[in-house]
Amino acid sequence: MAVVELRQLVKEFDSGRVRAVDGVDLTTEEGEYLVLLGPSGCGKTTLLRTIAGLEQPTAGDVLIDGHVVTGLPPRARKIAMVFQSYALYPHKTVLANIVFPLRAARIARPERERKAHWAAKLLGIEHLLARKPRQLSGGERQRVALARALVREPLVFLLDEPLSNLDAKLRASARDELKTFQQEIGTTTIYVTHDQVEAMGLGDRIAVLSDGRVRQLGHPVDVYDDPADTFVARFIGSPPMNLVPRDGHLVGFRPEHLLPEDVLPAGADRETVPFAVDRIEYLSGDRHVYGTVSGLGEATRVVARLPATVGTPISAGESYDFVVARERMRFFDAQTGHRSEAVRL
Amino acid sequence: MTALVGEAEAATLRRRYARRHVAARVGVYAAAAAAAFLCSAPFLWSMVTAFKQNRDLYNADNNPFAFNRPATSDHVLYLFRSTAFGTFVWNTLWVGVLVVLITLVLGLPAAYALARLDRPWAGWLGVAIFLVYLVPPSLLFLSLSRIVVEVGLQDSAWSLVLIYPTITIPVSIWLLIGFLKGIPRDIEEQAMVDGYSRVGAFLRAVVPLAFPGIVAVVVFAFTLTASEFIYALAFVSPTAEKVVSTGVPTELVRGDIFFWQSLQAATVLVAIPIALVFNLFLDRFVAGFTQGAVKG
Amino acid sequence: MTVTATDRRTSDVAGMHTARRRLADRDSALAWLFLMPSVVYILALVAVPFVLAVGFALSDVTAGDPSYDFVGFRNFERVFDDPVFWRSLGNTFLFTAVSMALIVVFGKVLANILVAEFRGKWIVRFLVLLPWTTPVTLGAIAWLWLLDSIFSPIDWVLRELGLLGRPGALLGAESNLFWLGEPDLAMGSVIAVHVWRLTPLAAVIMVAGLVAIPRDLDEAARVDGAGFWRRMFEVTIPLTLPVIAVAALFGAIFTFTDMAVVDVLTNGGPNNATQVLTSWAFFRGIDGGDVGQGAAIALFLFPLLLAAAIAILRAVRRMEVG
Repeated sequence: MAVVELRQLVKEFDSGRVRAVDGVDLTTEEGEYLVLLGPSGCGKTTLLRTIAGLEQPTAGDVLIDGHVVTGLPPRARKIAMVFQSYALYPHKTVLANIVFPLRAARIARPERERKAHWAAKLLGIEHLLARKPRQLSGGERQRVALARALVREPLVFLLDEPLSNLDAKLRASARDELKTFQQEIGTTTIYVTHDQVEAMGLGDRIAVLSDGRVRQLGHPVDVYDDPADTFVARFIGSPPMNLVPRDGHLVGFRPEHLLPEDVLPAGADRETVPFAVDRIEYLSGDRHVYGTVSGLGEATRVVARLPATVGTPISAGESYDFVVARERMRFFDAQTGHRSEAVRL
Repeated sequence: MTALVGEAEAATLRRRYARRHVAARVGVYAAAAAAAFLCSAPFLWSMVTAFKQNRDLYNADNNPFAFNRPATSDHVLYLFRSTAFGTFVWNTLWVGVLVVLITLVLGLPAAYALARLDRPWAGWLGVAIFLVYLVPPSLLFLSLSRIVVEVGLQDSAWSLVLIYPTITIPVSIWLLIGFLKGIPRDIEEQAMVDGYSRVGAFLRAVVPLAFPGIVAVVVFAFTLTASEFIYALAFVSPTAEKVVSTGVPTELVRGDIFFWQSLQAATVLVAIPIALVFNLFLDRFVAGFTQGAVKG
Repeated sequence: MTVTATDRRTSDVAGMHTARRRLADRDSALAWLFLMPSVVYILALVAVPFVLAVGFALSDVTAGDPSYDFVGFRNFERVFDDPVFWRSLGNTFLFTAVSMALIVVFGKVLANILVAEFRGKWIVRFLVLLPWTTPVTLGAIAWLWLLDSIFSPIDWVLRELGLLGRPGALLGAESNLFWLGEPDLAMGSVIAVHVWRLTPLAAVIMVAGLVAIPRDLDEAARVDGAGFWRRMFEVTIPLTLPVIAVAALFGAIFTFTDMAVVDVLTNGGPNNATQVLTSWAFFRGIDGGDVGQGAAIALFLFPLLLAAAIAILRAVRRMEVG
């Protein structure tokens, strides 16, 4: 139930010159919060719009709830969408905004009012019903947009980067509200963003996209710890994963796993990595240490992230022996970027 | 509302929407064709008429849309050889060009001042200018006739060069303000930091960027000038000085006799080039209106 | 004097202040410099003649006797006594009101066509613009022939269809409808030409408004389940109301102050049935030589137009949604 399935979805623009979506297969799980993550131009918004029915795919099918909906317009798909700008009707009151989809569905008046008030109460905006959108703050507008989406009791929520227009400060609390809201409602949600912090925070599963293709689909922990290719490895994580070229492979390890020698016990399965320190940044209690490693492969500029709990004194301009736990290393094929088998060092 | 329809119904729905989609496309083409026809029908028919022989034309039973007798270019040639049509067109052109130049020289700086140099009275002046536009030529032509006589320009096309900018300047300022507001201030400020004065920044940074809007205003102003009737009728009587707008209706009618074919030919010959040029700049013009009317 | 970035006078704070004051002065001086020519020009050739027109209306100036003698409201009395004046006034309002209504409706339809996607759009745009871009008189001439009392092609088509020219035909047994000869038909013809001419302009203005609506809103309405008509009436039209009002205003201005269409098409006839204020003022003031009366008649145009414009602009202000 309420599962969205994409089969071999392709979307071309400009008479085939641009392939925004390049063969995507995807199935959501019921009630999950699925995030489509990727840089600008990776096709995530196009994908969302194709699911919504605002774009027609060049090839492939969209299925909602087991039925093929390709070719049906948005209003026949039982979906609701929240746009980046929230798209609230500026000339209507908040109540009129929320009630609009119900009127379009020709639902009787008493039923409409009941549903609208239910949705407004759920989102805590009952006191705003008589206002117009321009009188609302960003966070309030998001809640109105959600109420309008909620009131149709759709099978799927589609959200297109709704947090981008909010102040950085508001974003964290708005994110929290969104997640709580979705967990309460339990409706399958597909969420598009380019911000990997948002994605990691919100998603039950994340689909990382680039150039119209899904690079990896998995839980945040898996996408972080076990990236499927170098693109995912570099896109997720801040600072991104370090990649050292070695014999046609790339050896990858996350900055927080590049640690001073005295942190990991001597008997542990670890690899020693000579590290020439260049400069040090102090960010939120962590030390970000920039420098060059050698011995592991070609000399490469990397970052080590030392948490506040690691007090080993480090100075710029010195060389130290750092270590990486072998189980934390990931190996990639240098040519294709794909994950490969572990390589004996 | 909680469950989607069954598979068979979904298929029916898909078919229905596919049909509706096709119907909508057909509808758009049909509407576009109808609109195009209705708007241009008089001209299309004028084109046919222009080449008709007299005997063909002045026969109420003949099909007016077909050539019942072979087409002839006599009347079109007559237009050029035996009437002052060429003179009218020439007058319209040079008067138009001069008026547009004056409009730009006076109007562009004024629009810039109102759009950029934030003076507290800017808003007022903008409204005042628009209100000036509302004072119709049909009211002013009497007093202006007197003024034209005083200045000694009566019966000369130069009187039009003097007076037409009163029509074109207010509207052009209004449109130009819209265009100029759409240009980010950064660019001028960058030019000023780079060492240009305000005026220098205006000429070198703003004008080139506003160029498309300026062109649109030029085309619009020229259209207004070519179309103007009241002043042309009131100020200019000699044939050699007339413009197309007054010349064609008055000169191609000898007493009660209308040289219809030549008249229609004249109409088409003037209408088509102007429409072509206007069409080229339509997008700019719409963009300018968006800035001016919708946001201004 | 340009203020260069390398102009460093770190010790001369006073110098810097002077420099800045000069620049600010220049800004305000510049504003005046830029505006003065236009303002002076408009004052000289609009404000002055306007005052003169009022003056004329209160005088007995004629073409034959250009001496100025103040006569108070005598011209107005004579004008009010003249039934043709009242007819002109009524016609001006009637033509403007009916034209405006039709222009707005047709203009909206045409605007929607112009924003739609289809092949051959350039040709359609070109053809649709012809009525507006043609000089008024020339367009009117094309119509003059189209509505001729003997050779009108419209009549010919009607005759071929059997709707005209036979006993018992729907539109009468005469061989022609006298489009410009029958008072009612003549008024209809004038209105038709106005509508034909100004609909493209209204459409272009409204396209600007349509284009300004964020695409999101239309898509949100689609996703919300609204069909074509609901989207049109509940989303598109309310949001473009200010622009529709501007289009209506322009349409009204051009119709209200028109003289060319009436002059070419009917010359005010038959029997002053299509006379409007402008043509009547011209007839009296220039043809008839009675400048005072002409001015008095024409003077009625301005306050009415001003009132309408202010009303519409106020409404637009109120309709503006953040």
